[in-house]
Amino acid sequence: MSETHAQTVSFVRDTMLPPTPPPMGERGAVKWMRENLFSTPLNVALTLLGLLSIYALISAALPWWLNSVWVAESLSECREIVAASAGEGATGACWAMIRERWHQFLFGFYPPAEWWRPILALGLLLAALAPVLFAGQKRNLTVVLGAVAIYLLVTLSLAATPGTAFGLAMVLILGMLGLAQVQPGKLLWFTVLYPALCFWLLWGGSIWSPIVAMAGFGVLYAVFRLASPFIGLAPAAGAGVVAAVLWWLYIDIPVVNALQIAMPFGLQSINSDQFGGFLLAIVIGVTGITFSLPIGILLALGRQSDMLIVKTLSVGFIEFVRGVPLITLLFTASLLLQYFLPPGTNFDIILRVIILVTFFAAAYLAEVIRGGLAALPRGQYEAADALGLDYWRAQRLIILPQALKVSIPAIVSTFIGLFKDTTLVAFVGLMDPLKGVTQIVRADIDWKGIYWEPYIFVGAIFFIICFGMSRYSMYLEQKLKTDHR
Amino acid sequence: MAMATDVPKDSFRLSMLIYDTRYRSYTIQIVVLVLFAMAVAWLLNNTAQNLAARGKEFDFTFLWQRAGYDIGQQLIPYTNDSNHFRALLVGLLNTLAVAFWGCIFATILGVTIGVLRLSRNWLIGRLMTVYVELFRNIPLLLWILLTYVILSETTPQPRDFRVTDEMAAAGEAPAASMMIFDTVAVTNRGTNIPAPLFERGLGTLDLGFMSLNLTFWAILAVVVGSIWANRRLLAAARAQQEATGDRPVTWWKSILILFAPVIVMLVAMGFHLEIPELRGFNFAGGILVAHSFTALTVALSLYTAAFIAEIVRAGILAISRGQSEAAFALGLRPNRTMNLIILPQALRVIIPPLISQYLNLTKNTSLGIAVSYLDLRGTLGGITLNQTGRELECMLLMMLIYLTISLIISAVMNMYNKSVQLKAR
Amino acid sequence: MKKTVFFGALAATTLVAGLAGAATLDDVKARGELICGSNTGLTGFGAPDASGNWAGFDVDLCRAIAAVVLGDATKVKFVPTTGETRFTALQSGEVDVLVRNSTWTYSRDSELALDFVAVNYYDGQGFMVKKDLGVSSAKELDGATVCIQTGTTTELNLADFFKQNNISYQPVTVADDSEAQRQYLAGACDAYTTDASGLAASRATMPDAENHIILPEIISKEPLGPVVRHGDSQWGDVVRWTFYAMLIAEEKGVTSANVEEVLASTTDEEVKRLLGASGDMGAKMGLDNDAFKRAIAAVGNYGEVFSRNIGEGTTINLARGLNALWTQGGLQYAPPLR
Repeated sequence: MSETHAQTVSFVRDTMLPPTPPPMGERGAVKWMRENLFSTPLNVALTLLGLLSIYALISAALPWWLNSVWVAESLSECREIVAASAGEGATGACWAMIRERWHQFLFGFYPPAEWWRPILALGLLLAALAPVLFAGQKRNLTVVLGAVAIYLLVTLSLAATPGTAFGLAMVLILGMLGLAQVQPGKLLWFTVLYPALCFWLLWGGSIWSPIVAMAGFGVLYAVFRLASPFIGLAPAAGAGVVAAVLWWLYIDIPVVNALQIAMPFGLQSINSDQFGGFLLAIVIGVTGITFSLPIGILLALGRQSDMLIVKTLSVGFIEFVRGVPLITLLFTASLLLQYFLPPGTNFDIILRVIILVTFFAAAYLAEVIRGGLAALPRGQYEAADALGLDYWRAQRLIILPQALKVSIPAIVSTFIGLFKDTTLVAFVGLMDPLKGVTQIVRADIDWKGIYWEPYIFVGAIFFIICFGMSRYSMYLEQKLKTDHR
Repeated sequence: MAMATDVPKDSFRLSMLIYDTRYRSYTIQIVVLVLFAMAVAWLLNNTAQNLAARGKEFDFTFLWQRAGYDIGQQLIPYTNDSNHFRALLVGLLNTLAVAFWGCIFATILGVTIGVLRLSRNWLIGRLMTVYVELFRNIPLLLWILLTYVILSETTPQPRDFRVTDEMAAAGEAPAASMMIFDTVAVTNRGTNIPAPLFERGLGTLDLGFMSLNLTFWAILAVVVGSIWANRRLLAAARAQQEATGDRPVTWWKSILILFAPVIVMLVAMGFHLEIPELRGFNFAGGILVAHSFTALTVALSLYTAAFIAEIVRAGILAISRGQSEAAFALGLRPNRTMNLIILPQALRVIIPPLISQYLNLTKNTSLGIAVSYLDLRGTLGGITLNQTGRELECMLLMMLIYLTISLIISAVMNMYNKSVQLKAR
Repeated sequence: MKKTVFFGALAATTLVAGLAGAATLDDVKARGELICGSNTGLTGFGAPDASGNWAGFDVDLCRAIAAVVLGDATKVKFVPTTGETRFTALQSGEVDVLVRNSTWTYSRDSELALDFVAVNYYDGQGFMVKKDLGVSSAKELDGATVCIQTGTTTELNLADFFKQNNISYQPVTVADDSEAQRQYLAGACDAYTTDASGLAASRATMPDAENHIILPEIISKEPLGPVVRHGDSQWGDVVRWTFYAMLIAEEKGVTSANVEEVLASTTDEEVKRLLGASGDMGAKMGLDNDAFKRAIAAVGNYGEVFSRNIGEGTTINLARGLNALWTQGGLQYAPPLR
């Protein structure tokens, strides 16, 4: 071929030209900037505006950050150090306050010797959540439990945990890790027992009170099983509930006292008023969400129900709670709750706040779960009917597992919202990390007049926790989306 | 738990109340109703007993006693001689003012940020993401406190505006100066803005329990009347267009109808602006917008805007690409594509969550407690409650008012939502 | 499953907190702990330190009551209350006694069903301004911006004062003392008004105290004192006489340091009765006979408590003024203990 061409055509290129690099404006950083920063006049303006605002922010705040003081006894000492190092009139952050008082932001007035208890409770909380979130997935369970084990190992040794407690905690978590390899399904039992364990760890007291309280459920179940052959299922369930309530009201306390005398074993009792900071926020947030979940499910089902009265009551409750600000509910907890209870009843403000927060969260969760229920195709309900399942079986076996799974991301968002809202308890005199603890720190003469540092510190912790959770919920959303579209 | 299939027998047995699906729902409802009634009776009984034990009565007559305290920001006339009910109204209006401006600013900001987050500008997109994540994941309370501190720490004091004789002689400028043609002064106490005044106002009409500002209502009536007349004009023009095919020129008529009556009225009543000036300790004249109001409104707007931005972004992303491609194929320009194709569809996705954001914002105005803003909670649920010691009445009334506001907002917004939803096929 | 803990906790706390019946004294004894309503944090009067130990002028009165009733000044649980929640906390039985610089007024005494049993601090509302404002009297504050804490009697006094003098002001309401101080220092208000003791405390902690003056006008009477529920006069007596015992101790020169010596050597019959060496004063009130001695040994007499927490030499640096003993020209006067 080439030979013929060689005679008829004067020139034929028989080698390819080496590729020339694209022009300057079409490659590398320049191209990227042209496309992503300066594509249109509007974008040029926006980019410049963005750069300007970043510059303004940095130039205003940078000296303050650079002049940070980490070791000082008081704010005035901080100011002297800043003035000495950066010249008169310079401003600087006084992180020494955080260094001195960080524990109040985290634990409130929880006794330092007992810090291992909330730390352990938090670790076990994650361990208790794992079986719910990753039901039966061995790999994920192992990862989470392993992470919890490492967390506990590090933090518990830092918090000077007593040897016995340290050992028991390690045995517990390693046992769970082992169980996850063999029978991951059984881990759910730990989740079921966790609330009692957590209550005991945080508040202390006799170990028998949570055990005996949990035994109430045993009573419920026993009465139900024993009575059902004779009087039918529904009356037996009612009898079980009555028996359990009687157990809690009349038998619980004497039995606990008797057991405590016979086998005294317990932790140092911690009063609720020593709770504060993030410990308080997490306790209120987590208990609020946990207790509100069953109530929320019932309310959501009630709202979907065909029964007029049940539906009206559910809608009324949900709309009422969603229609008023949380702060009025908190004031109700602090000012009004005693009016509604029998004269002389009195329990501490944290518990009252938790009750109202639970109602609040229940109304929001009910709407979230209702969304989940609505997202299920009608066919699922019809299929359950076709199988001849009654209402509760259909809900328990077919509807709720799917609806709850779809609603998990929204439940996490509700929790984030609730967690942020726990800062409002400061207005009823509790020591939330943001305002309550800050106020106490500022009442100290040494730290009077410190403003930015506590806000930044608390804000950063809130951001880390909430951002982490929201990312996780987005990941879940992505994961769950596929199987329903 | 119950066995599902019990063949119904002819004769009625008691157990059928539980096992027969025909009767069971009645049984359950009656049981629920009885339990509910018992619970309510129990609560009422406890309340009555507790009230009796404390020697209190449940009555609202305290609302007509002299309040005795002053309120910094008042949208209707109020002195410390007014009664508690008047204080309640002042507080309620303060709440509504924050909610109103907050919703407007949050919407503007939220939509802008939501759109910018989708922009192809890398820097702006990242900045907006940082903004949204920062505001969504940090408690609102912190933003309110922070805004308040920034406002009162970084703005000049009123005395910085003062030009003393020596300074005038030396030709020095004061440390701070007023903004926008010397009409607005931002001090660390608040923002002083010009006040609209009337030389020949219509006065007020005293109705006994409240007084009406006739000037305000007259202007409102004229504006509403003009808008209504303009709509009639446009409707007539459309009718003519449909009948004859020609649309009459209406723009100058519209302008005339919309603006002329108001301007005539303002001139007739002698409208002028009272510009704040430094007198004594403070700026006098004009309207003082306290920093507690500004901080609350700004923080609420910034916070809610982050949520609205996410809603807007999700709404726009929810419209499939095919829609805009189809619009381009039809030859529509990008902005018309946005206006005619994307936005109307996106709105349907956006509005329901937007309603709940407005509701949240309104409820969150109660956080004014953090900056001691005297809103409904600050007056009725704060000082009044404290001075009279009537926590039961005050709290119940306050919850009722908040509930009513929430229900009204959701009712209005739901009506709007219905009007933009897809009509049933 | 989760409800159990809830009910368990509910039942437990209900029992622990006990019933707020009429006999508070018996409740406190049965509980083994005094629950004292305190401030959320007011320098010098009541605030927790870094390790959560409460200290302050009001706090010491609580400790003295605990020493009297329970024999142990540490058995006090402090419940921080806000201006809004304090009286409800007391009425509902959440706290046994409220010692939270609360002003004794007619309406609080009558309408709120509370009893003010004593005045542990005589105060009055004053104004603080910056020196360079050029103001020497509160009557020159026409048109000024005034920082004021909400939820107190001060806002009513302020309104009354300006109205009487026919001058105007712009109120800036703030939530608490530290916020008020920040606003005032930033210049967001021309004057800061609160109880004179609070003003002095604020001024003392300012970096440039010499640039601030407290105006001479005291526009109100603010008798601050411990509050108990109405209708429990036995408990009211205990609180009242705990306070008076501290006053008498100061009058007679009994201090926490010398209480044992005095007991051994004294010939003064009233001191003997006070310290339980003669008579049955404690027993008359349902207490141990040496109850007051324990209180004095634990927290000291009134003068000691004053000078330790807020007196001259502390950062707060308040003079005794009206709160000196009656023998020294003040108003603090205890009825005879006999």
